Amino acid sequence: MNVGLQARKFDAIVVGAGGSGLRAALELARAGLRVAVLSKVFPTRSHTVAAQGGIAAPLGNSSEDHWHWHMYDTVKGSDYLGDQDAIEYMCRRATEVVIELEHMGMPFDRLDNGRIYQRPFGGHTQDYGSAKMAMRACAAADRTGHAMLHTLYQQNVKARTQFFVEWMALDLIRDAEGAVLGVVALEMETGEAMILQAKATILATGGAGRIFAASTNAFINTGDGLGMVARAGLPLEDMEFWQFHPTGVAGAGVLITEGVRGEGGYLLNKDGERFMERYAPNAKDLASRDVVSRAMATEIKEGRGCGPEGDHVLLKLDHLGPEVINLRLPGIREIAIKFANADPIKDPIPVVPTAHYQMGGIPANHLGQVVAPRGGDPEVPVPGLYAVGECSCVSVHGANRLGTNSLLDLLVFGKAGGEQAVADIRAMPAAHKDLPEDAAARPLARLARLDSASGGERVAEVGAELRKTMQAHCSVFRFPDMLIEGVSKVKQIAARAERMSIQDKSKVFNTARIEALELDNLVETALATIVSAEARQESRGAQARADFPERDDKNWIKHTLWYKEGNRLEYKPVHLKPMSVETFEPKVRTY
Amino acid sequence: MRFSIYRYDPDQDARPRMQDYELNLEPTDRMLLDALIRLKAQDDSLSFRRSCREGVCGSDAMNINGKNGLACITKIADLPDKVTLRPLPGLPVVRDLIVDMTQFFNQYHSVKPYLITHDAPPERERLQSPAEREELNGLYECILCACCSTACPSFWWNPDKYVGPAGLLQAYRFIADTRDQATAERLDNLDDPYRLFRCHTIMNCTDACPKNLNPALAIGKIKEMLVRRAV
Repeated sequence: MNVGLQARKFDAIVVGAGGSGLRAALELARAGLRVAVLSKVFPTRSHTVAAQGGIAAPLGNSSEDHWHWHMYDTVKGSDYLGDQDAIEYMCRRATEVVIELEHMGMPFDRLDNGRIYQRPFGGHTQDYGSAKMAMRACAAADRTGHAMLHTLYQQNVKARTQFFVEWMALDLIRDAEGAVLGVVALEMETGEAMILQAKATILATGGAGRIFAASTNAFINTGDGLGMVARAGLPLEDMEFWQFHPTGVAGAGVLITEGVRGEGGYLLNKDGERFMERYAPNAKDLASRDVVSRAMATEIKEGRGCGPEGDHVLLKLDHLGPEVINLRLPGIREIAIKFANADPIKDPIPVVPTAHYQMGGIPANHLGQVVAPRGGDPEVPVPGLYAVGECSCVSVHGANRLGTNSLLDLLVFGKAGGEQAVADIRAMPAAHKDLPEDAAARPLARLARLDSASGGERVAEVGAELRKTMQAHCSVFRFPDMLIEGVSKVKQIAARAERMSIQDKSKVFNTARIEALELDNLVETALATIVSAEARQESRGAQARADFPERDDKNWIKHTLWYKEGNRLEYKPVHLKPMSVETFEPKVRTY
Repeated sequence: MRFSIYRYDPDQDARPRMQDYELNLEPTDRMLLDALIRLKAQDDSLSFRRSCREGVCGSDAMNINGKNGLACITKIADLPDKVTLRPLPGLPVVRDLIVDMTQFFNQYHSVKPYLITHDAPPERERLQSPAEREELNGLYECILCACCSTACPSFWWNPDKYVGPAGLLQAYRFIADTRDQATAERLDNLDDPYRLFRCHTIMNCTDACPKNLNPALAIGKIKEMLVRRAV
């Protein structure tokens, strides 16, 4: 086989070592399979580490709860775009995966009776949307993601999972039948590319929140899995739906958990008014995130923002008292002091809606299998390819995700994807499939171009332009002229990205090269986002269009599929039918 | 603002050097990492790790004017006009501010940093009182940035034999967990002239920790348990 690169063979490769990747890897390692986990960063540096408020599970430790109520909240939160079979599956497995996490050593906070501490969170209610909030968010202070990521890493250490730390996957390898046979990856320390061949390739690369200028996301969140899938000719689903978290620190973008409002904090405008009472009379500050972010943006737009520029609102929590703040929200206090010069024990925190979470992604079913249209069937599994966590679109979050459902998504679908991959690998012949001759052609061409290019634009400049454009043209409120102009601007930036060059030509830990390769993925993600947003002529969940302010159930209960080639769009039906229960019919969504 | 930054690319350089930079700050530059990113936009060969930019991932630990810290939560306003940046001391340099952390993580792994139980798990969560859970505060928050271990002279001398403050803090995190059932094995694993007892309470670890954790206190508690066990 002359493919020009060294190849190593594994049963499975997991790309990404955040919550979902580590959970999937654990399943594979425990099954005794040969699994390689690739990560751009040491596993505990993955962005799951930054999740704060909690993980949803209807344990009922502090208030009566039921998985069916959780399912209702999630369907309603998704603005009826979520697939109800997948949502049922997630909510039914929530208790199992959270209890397992506790058994793995997760340091959850505790109630006096020794059970896991649970707090209220936005959009989570009792009794199918009643005014009573459910205490459903299982928390480790305000460091739930950190505690969970470390716990999962520790379990993988125990299971002797093999890690390839500081390796970046560049592209998928597909054969003539479309099956995925592994990835081409770059070892950052040596600058060498290698083929990693596997019977199952699980993408767990997280979101791409770095397409926006103001983002809670880490620098590494560049949509690498999305770029790889798009370049391999597969579609991306529902990319117009991006969650803007209501409370990013104004100016800095750093996340302040919704758990602050779960514990009793609330938002104020410049008149000192608790304005959420006007927008969501029942849930108030615990309405779902799209609703709160729009309310905040409206307050700011209508001149009721705070500060000399009137460009943010205030999150007040001093009334919770130092004891609650130090016990339940210590990380928030640290962040507010460092990034906002405000000690929340005395002062409110200046906050602004900030890009946070990607509801769309690589189309996958509830078993983690990547699916794509083929021969009239909209959802045919792509052999050998799986996607879990934020990079995937299952779709359990639909048009808007509820807080604490993301960590749950990571565990449920990380586990399910791992289980499915184990079963699939065991059903396969012992030998790996033959690699196609051109297995490494695309990534090698990308690397060669960067090595030889000179005099082009700098990566930092093109990247900044992309983020600025997405922020201005495709943010909380979307306007038709801005979207149309945005599409053409992002296309121009995509063309510029093909000509950019790096000065650093070293082989050793060349971070300039990594950033250039990442920008390719950000560009694919941004194009998918703005093209999909421009085409969806309605407002639903996180997509709020000035020219189509209403939800249009007659025409738009459907998932968008974007293809890189020609920026082509297709649509596929939403699964309105759950697995075992009745459909939650779309109705007007109020909180 | 002026910088003097340790540069070394084994691909090109015979030996390391210090390189000076000048930077005009923007009003939005709050943290040292913001300045580094601006420098990298000028000179893309300047190499350092970074990710979350909020002090929870532990990527951007470096030696800042002689003291270990995280660039992303080091305020520019708290720094003098001239800033000297070097890689974390005591670990092999891969390139510029990027060090090879293999030994650091080997030591972390050597303490079996995972919950060990012998009983089958119950159907629901294991119970733990709020007071028992509070014992883990100040321990589980470690972000494995290595600021502490690479500030410790004992770790500089014996990185292969001495667990170091970060690893020992995590060893104690599991000893202190009421759910863990391997305290005796954990203490056996540390009862060694090097693994634990190379700690001479110099306290650099506690001084360096950017998360305000206290590895020295945890190490003291393990030592105390070993002494109590011996008598």
